[in-house]
This record gives sequence, structure tokens and C-alpha cells, in this order.
Amino acid sequence: MAVSVAKPQALFAPGRSEVIAFLVTTAVFVVAPMFAYPVFLMKVLCFALFACAFNLLIGYVGLLSFGHALFFGWASYISAHAAKVWGLSPELAILAGTATAAVLGIVVGALAIRRQGIYFAMITLALAQMMYFFAVQAPFTHGEDGIQAVPRGRLFGVIDLSNQTNMYVTVLVIFLVCFLLIYRIINSPFGEVLKAIRENEPRAISLGYQVDRYKLMAFVLSATFAGVAGATKALVFQLASLTDVDWPMSGEVVLMTLVGGLGTVFGPAAGAFFMVTLENYLTTMGQWVFVVQGVIFVVCVMVFRRGIVGEIAHLTRVKL
Amino acid sequence: MFQIFGIPSQALFGQLLLGLINGSFYALLSLGLAVIFGMLNVINFAHGAQYMLGAFTAFFLLQYLGLGYWWAIVIAPIVVGIIGMIIERLFLKRLQNLDHLYGLLLTFGLALIIEGVFRNFFGSSGLPYAVPPSLQGGTNLGFMFLPNYRAWVVIFSLAVCLVTWFLIERTKLGAYLRAATENPTLVRAFGINVPRLITVTYGVGVGLAALAGVMAAPIYNVSPQMGANLIIVVFAVVVIGGMGSIMGAIVTGFGLGLIEGLTKVFFPQAANTAIFVIMAIVLLVRPAGLFGRRI
Repeated sequence: MAVSVAKPQALFAPGRSEVIAFLVTTAVFVVAPMFAYPVFLMKVLCFALFACAFNLLIGYVGLLSFGHALFFGWASYISAHAAKVWGLSPELAILAGTATAAVLGIVVGALAIRRQGIYFAMITLALAQMMYFFAVQAPFTHGEDGIQAVPRGRLFGVIDLSNQTNMYVTVLVIFLVCFLLIYRIINSPFGEVLKAIRENEPRAISLGYQVDRYKLMAFVLSATFAGVAGATKALVFQLASLTDVDWPMSGEVVLMTLVGGLGTVFGPAAGAFFMVTLENYLTTMGQWVFVVQGVIFVVCVMVFRRGIVGEIAHLTRVKL
Repeated sequence: MFQIFGIPSQALFGQLLLGLINGSFYALLSLGLAVIFGMLNVINFAHGAQYMLGAFTAFFLLQYLGLGYWWAIVIAPIVVGIIGMIIERLFLKRLQNLDHLYGLLLTFGLALIIEGVFRNFFGSSGLPYAVPPSLQGGTNLGFMFLPNYRAWVVIFSLAVCLVTWFLIERTKLGAYLRAATENPTLVRAFGINVPRLITVTYGVGVGLAALAGVMAAPIYNVSPQMGANLIIVVFAVVVIGGMGSIMGAIVTGFGLGLIEGLTKVFFPQAANTAIFVIMAIVLLVRPAGLFGRRI
């Protein structure tokens, strides 16, 4: 189909506000290790990437996946297993985890896009729960203990990642590269078609787009980036555990994205920062963490649907 | 004792009965979800939490007021149903004109709150709830021993399901309900209070979940997370059945419970995942679900 997308040049030129916001974000994370624990910041970066990956699906295709922990958690398991048992170098371990997430994304995506709207959320949740049970039963995941003491190894055989600064820089580079890739995807002609599907699916079909293929592609991309986040997290914490594949993790990434702002470029990262910081303060409160999360869900849905970044963008009328 | 496919009949029928019991809960819960979805277009993520609330209400009634099972089975659904109606008036009503996903997110948040609060006060371990004296004991059927309480659960939930089906498909009130599902504006123009109908429908759906909770209390104990894991399976049941038909929800619920029971006998490792695998197969073969309309 020769359907031209409006103003193709404009698509590739990022808005000034977005460039500034990106530079500020980068600067903040470069300076931040002087003020905060690197491990905390790396946790933020991993979850920020996870939320950006999730937002690719909900924000730009309008599909709510309630099973993204599946990709995050399984990538984390495979990357941890690859680094510890197979003795792969960190970059190969992360690649192995990411590839696993991509393959799972193809299978789950192909099943889930057969239904729409609310069913989509239920199907992804159910399939994620099925894979959670596999993770509980599979011997290599070590059940409740998880895969512990994962070696961080040497990046490309040279850079020693057991050094906290080296690890931090690696995670930051991974995050920034993936962030730019996601940004590039949502502003490409492909991304415009995704938005068209979100706004009016029947119309996109009538224009000749193979809607299901676009949805599947978006789903696989989202799963893959979630996989990068999970695989990296396994190396940062040197641990892969059941927490990362269980359904509360799927809920958490939904919440991060919602708090930051659905369908905004910077929202998910901001939401992840907010939620990880909050949970850091609430660690001593045990089960109340879930109650606080629930309250934030309710507040966001009732009165704060634009999220932090969405609200800022709305007030200042800039694109973020 | 005799054997079927190398499995002792006692074990086989025992698991089938357990499957039927699980099926009763799947049917009651997916029925409630279907009723709510039909009217509000919302997937009630708090359904598991409300099922748990039903069981806890029964527990509180016994503990603090000395009211037993038979009181609980009447009072708990009403109490939890009223809480549901308050939730509908306070929250869901305001989300009516938004994307349906917000309803899902809201009820997910509510489920986190309710289950979190109960876990704080009651921990993760279950609290025992005794089988009512009038239903203790069992009957020897010759090929198996049938505990009276379990027989009661299967028969009573089947009856409740059929009554609900009758109310919705065969009465005037049900006709209003179905009409309001199809075209709320037109039904309103005929002078029927649709917002109230919606509130009551949500209350009834939630009440069904609470009723299931009361019935589950003597079997599975009362625990804060009894609903959290169940609800995900019920979602799979709903995807398999499709939410288009009430009878579909009932048949799928009982049927899948039985299949799960059989899996426990012949292939125990897969018992947890059987329903999810069936869901995947149904999605491949009949994407709209067994009884669903294409949405």
C-alpha cells in the first residue's frame, strides 16, 4: 500500500523540549552517583527501561499487557543462568536473556492479539501466570531461592563489572541506547501506524494496514526491551528470583507508567524513579507497600490520569 | 476397590469431586464477572478480593457475633454486595465514559488495598472455619466416600448459577438488564433508572463472589490471598468461555474444574497450568471463545 504518512520530515526531527529533557535526564544520571547509592540508581534505570518498554505497548498501541513480568523475569533468569552456569560474558548473558524475552514475546503476542481490549489484559496475565508456574517448577531457577551470586564478569572480556562505577556506566549506557531506540521507534512511520491503530483500528484496517502484524511487532519489541531491563537487573543485583516473574511485578510496571504518564516519552522513566524511591522508603513497612501502591493506583485513575510528566506537559504546553 | 486406567477409583473420583468443587467456584466467579462485564463493561479485578471478603465476613460473624454458617451464607453476600455498590457509586460510576481499561486499573488498585490490609492483620496463613454441624459426615456411595459438605457446595452453587441464569434470561427484570446492556440510552428513555440498575448489578456480581467465598471457607480455610491466585485462573476461564453468554460461563466453569481434576490424576505436574494451556489452544482454534461473540 502506498499510503504516505503526513509530513515525513517532521517525524524524524525531535522537538526542542524533548532534546532538552533528554539532556537534563542524562546529566542528572551522570551526576547522581555523587549523591545516591549506585545500586539504587541502577535499580531505577532498570525499572525505567522496563516501564518505557511497557509504555511502547500501552501508550502507543493502546494495548494493556498485564503480564510483562513474564519477559522481565524470564530474561533475568536466563541471563543469570547464562552468566553463572554457562559462564558467558555479561554482554552475551544479557543478549541471551533478551533473545529469550523476544521469543516469548512472539508466542505470547501471537496468542494475545487474537482478542482485543479487556481480553488482551486477561490473556497476557494468564499466560504470565502459566510461565510463573513453570519458573516455580523448573529446576534451574532454584525455586524460592532463585539464582544467587550471579557473577558480573568482564564486559567484552576487558571491563571489570564488579567495580560499581563500571557497572553503573554500563547500565546507564544500556538505558540511554534503549531509550533512544524506543524514541526512534515511536517517531518512525511504523510508530505512526501504531498510533493510528490506537486511535481507530477499523480505519487503519480499511487503509490497508495489516493491523495484526503491526500489533505483534510492537508486542515483540516491547517484550524485547523489557527483556533487556530484566537481564541487566539480574547482573546488577547478581540475583534472579520469583519476585521478578510474579504478577505483582506486572502490576508494578503498569503503576510506574501510569504515575509517570501513559503515552509520554519521559513519563515511564519518571514514574519508575518515583515508585522505586517511594518503595525504598517503605521497605520497613512490609505488606503496607501493596496498600500504598493500591492507593496510588486509585488516585491516579480517579484524578491524575495524565501522570506526572503528562501533567507537566499539559501545564507548560510542551511535548514531553 | 477397582481401578480405571490403572488409577484406583477412590483417587479418581476423589479428584473429580475436587475438580467439581473448584469448578463450582470458577462458575460462580466467572458468572459474576460476566454479569458485571455485561452491564458496566468493566473487568472486575477486585473479584478475587471480594471473594476473600466474603470468606472473612463469615469468619468475623462466627468469631465476634457467634453467627454460624447458615447466617453467613445470607449475610456475607449482602454485606459485601453493599460494599460493592458503594465502590460502584464512589469510583466506577465516574469512570463510565472513559476507556474501559481505567476500570480494570481501578479495581486492580482496590484489590491491592483490600488484600494488603488483610495480610497486615491476618498474615499469610489460613484461619480455620469449621464445616457446619448439619453438613458434617459423609455418605458412602460404594465406589467412593462423599463428604456431605462437598456435595452441598456442588449442588448449591449449581442451583445459584441456574437461578441467576433464569433471572437474567427469563424474567422481566432480566429483560430490562439485557436491554440496558444493548442500549442504555433507549432504556433510560422508557423511564427505567439505568444508573441504579448498574449499581445493583455490580452489587449482585460482587455478592456472588462473596457467596463463593463463604462456601470456600470450610474447604480452603480463610486467608488473605485466597482470591488473588484464584482470580487469574478465573480470568482464563472467562477467556475460554467468552463473556457473551451466562450459560456459557456456567458450563465452562464446571467443565474446566473437571478437566483440572482429571489432570491432577493423570499428569499432576501440569495441574496448575492445565487451564492456561487450554486457554492458549482455544485462542488458536476459536479466538472468540467457546460461547463468545466476536468483540
